[in-house]
Amino acid sequence: MEKSNLNEKTIQINSVKFHWSNKSKFKLHIPELSIDKGEKVLLLGESGSGKTTLLSLICGFLTPLSGKIQLNEKLINDLSATKRDQYRSDNIGIIFQQFNLLPYANVIDNILLPLYFSKLRSANISNQRETAISICQSLRLPEDVVNMKASELSVGQQQRVAVARALIGNPPLVIADEPTSSLDTDAQNIFLDLMFSQVASSNSTLLMVSHDKSLSSNFDRVIDMKNVSVKEK
Amino acid sequence: MLLKLTFNSLYARLLTVAMTVFAISLSLMLYMSVEKLRTSAYTSFTDTISQTDLIVGARTSSVQLLLYSVFRIGNATNNITWESYEDVINKKEVAWSVPISLGDSHRGFRVMGTNSEFFKRYKFRGGQSIELEQGKNLDDLYDVIIGAGVAEKLNYSVGTPLIVSHGLQSFSDHDDQPFKVSGILAKTGTPVDNTVIVSLEAIEAIHVDWSTGAKIPGQITPVEEIRQMDLSPKNITAALIGVNSKLQIFQLQRWINEYPEESLSSILPGVALQELWRIVGVVENLLLGISVTVIFTTLIGMTAIIFSSLNERRREMAIWRAMGASPKVVIGLLMLEAFIISVMSIIVSTVMLFLTLYVLQPWIDNTYGILVNIEMLSFKDIYIFMLFIIAASLVSLIPAIRAYWFSINDGMTIKI
Repeated sequence: MEKSNLNEKTIQINSVKFHWSNKSKFKLHIPELSIDKGEKVLLLGESGSGKTTLLSLICGFLTPLSGKIQLNEKLINDLSATKRDQYRSDNIGIIFQQFNLLPYANVIDNILLPLYFSKLRSANISNQRETAISICQSLRLPEDVVNMKASELSVGQQQRVAVARALIGNPPLVIADEPTSSLDTDAQNIFLDLMFSQVASSNSTLLMVSHDKSLSSNFDRVIDMKNVSVKEK
Repeated sequence: MLLKLTFNSLYARLLTVAMTVFAISLSLMLYMSVEKLRTSAYTSFTDTISQTDLIVGARTSSVQLLLYSVFRIGNATNNITWESYEDVINKKEVAWSVPISLGDSHRGFRVMGTNSEFFKRYKFRGGQSIELEQGKNLDDLYDVIIGAGVAEKLNYSVGTPLIVSHGLQSFSDHDDQPFKVSGILAKTGTPVDNTVIVSLEAIEAIHVDWSTGAKIPGQITPVEEIRQMDLSPKNITAALIGVNSKLQIFQLQRWINEYPEESLSSILPGVALQELWRIVGVVENLLLGISVTVIFTTLIGMTAIIFSSLNERRREMAIWRAMGASPKVVIGLLMLEAFIISVMSIIVSTVMLFLTLYVLQPWIDNTYGILVNIEMLSFKDIYIFMLFIIAASLVSLIPAIRAYWFSINDGMTIKI
């Protein structure tokens, strides 16, 4: 089992090139990057180094000018926009820096939102509401929180709800874009511990972006943008 | 789930949404009330006279004949002689006729001389007859029956004495022959409400001492003497005619118009009413134009409100996209929002319209003689509502397409 896991790649990127048509200065070239199934990877990089662009490419929001991006051995950059949207909802849980939730919807509706777009993920769950509540409990969210409006929660609680939403229906990949940047150090550690245990229990791969090197020890592997991308003039 | 979340989202912006709904409702209500008033005015207008096949008068235009004989507006160019009138009504096609004699007034209200046929034959609003609300018919030579409007404005009741003035705006009164109110008619919403009705003989009686429109100096015939005189009418102003068979109308009309002994005109009241409405209806069309413009302005206002909320909702769009919503869903969400706003506006405006009509109906009827029917929404209203919903959804495409581009370009990088 361990062995097969090692061979299975969740993300496989080869000779990907991308640049914005209007921002001619910024160019991203990644010769090779792969992440194994079940790995917890930290992607480090300064601002402007292309971290978020890389995530957008992996999530299928953007398509590379050339090269290949494979998720679970499926080539996604050849898919149509609609199929990429579907593939994203089926396979990726996303956590943003902050303001992850629809402020007017309650916590349960926020958590269950991905299931509305992914039949695959909703098929993984027998009782949606109970599953959402149990994830909330594992993330040590207070019991009464599930029926509250997202806007009534503290920032730390909102980020944990975002984790619950990213993990509902066990997507193979969780992408987190600096999820701890709005939390203080104590809250950061608690948050990371809870996130790791949940990611592990759902058997997902985690790719987290940060510029904070001190988080490195918590991850299986640390990738620095400097080492994966090639500077181009 | 999408519908629920859209409602949640609208609820979260309750104040803005409520103001938008209120603004749109007001303009929709404006449109609907103008439309309602327009159709009610048209119905009231064209229902002024019904079941009369022809109106006969001296040679004139059809609109003018209609104006003075039915609406009591303006003057007859000429009278027609009783002999000509008899020639007309002796035609075999004629089933019934009502002679009308106009020219005098009482405190601004027209005095109309006629006979008992008028009460039997004059119909309005698709066949309704005029009825006495108080008092009795014209029994005595000096009896008058007054319309509901006259009674109300002059505060007259049965038995009130009154003096008829010569002409329409004259300083000479027929004060030697006072009249007395014998009956008051029920309200009709037609010019009959503002008419003072006397017998044809009474018209002759008050003009005994008059010649060619002026009083004969020094001549005062005592009332007792007048009562003994032959007061058969010599002239009338117009006549309402009913025919035996509708097929004979045009034949009779032609005969009257070609009558060799006197220049006569005969008109079809329905046709003349339509002609007259075309002149009056311009104002209503103008009002309609204004209210349609107001609706468009509000639609643009709604678009502006959705537009201004777009920037602050850009993050929300990014969340939807991250969950796997395609940009089409983002467009759909915004259009759904516009759809809900327009449907709510239609409901609110309809409720407001019916409440307003319910409150204002008696006032409009009393003041303008227009009976506004409070009835269920017509197919035309529903058609207009459908058009409005489609228009609202279409204009919401403008901000929706902008949101579409935002959501495509934003991806993971979300601007606040």
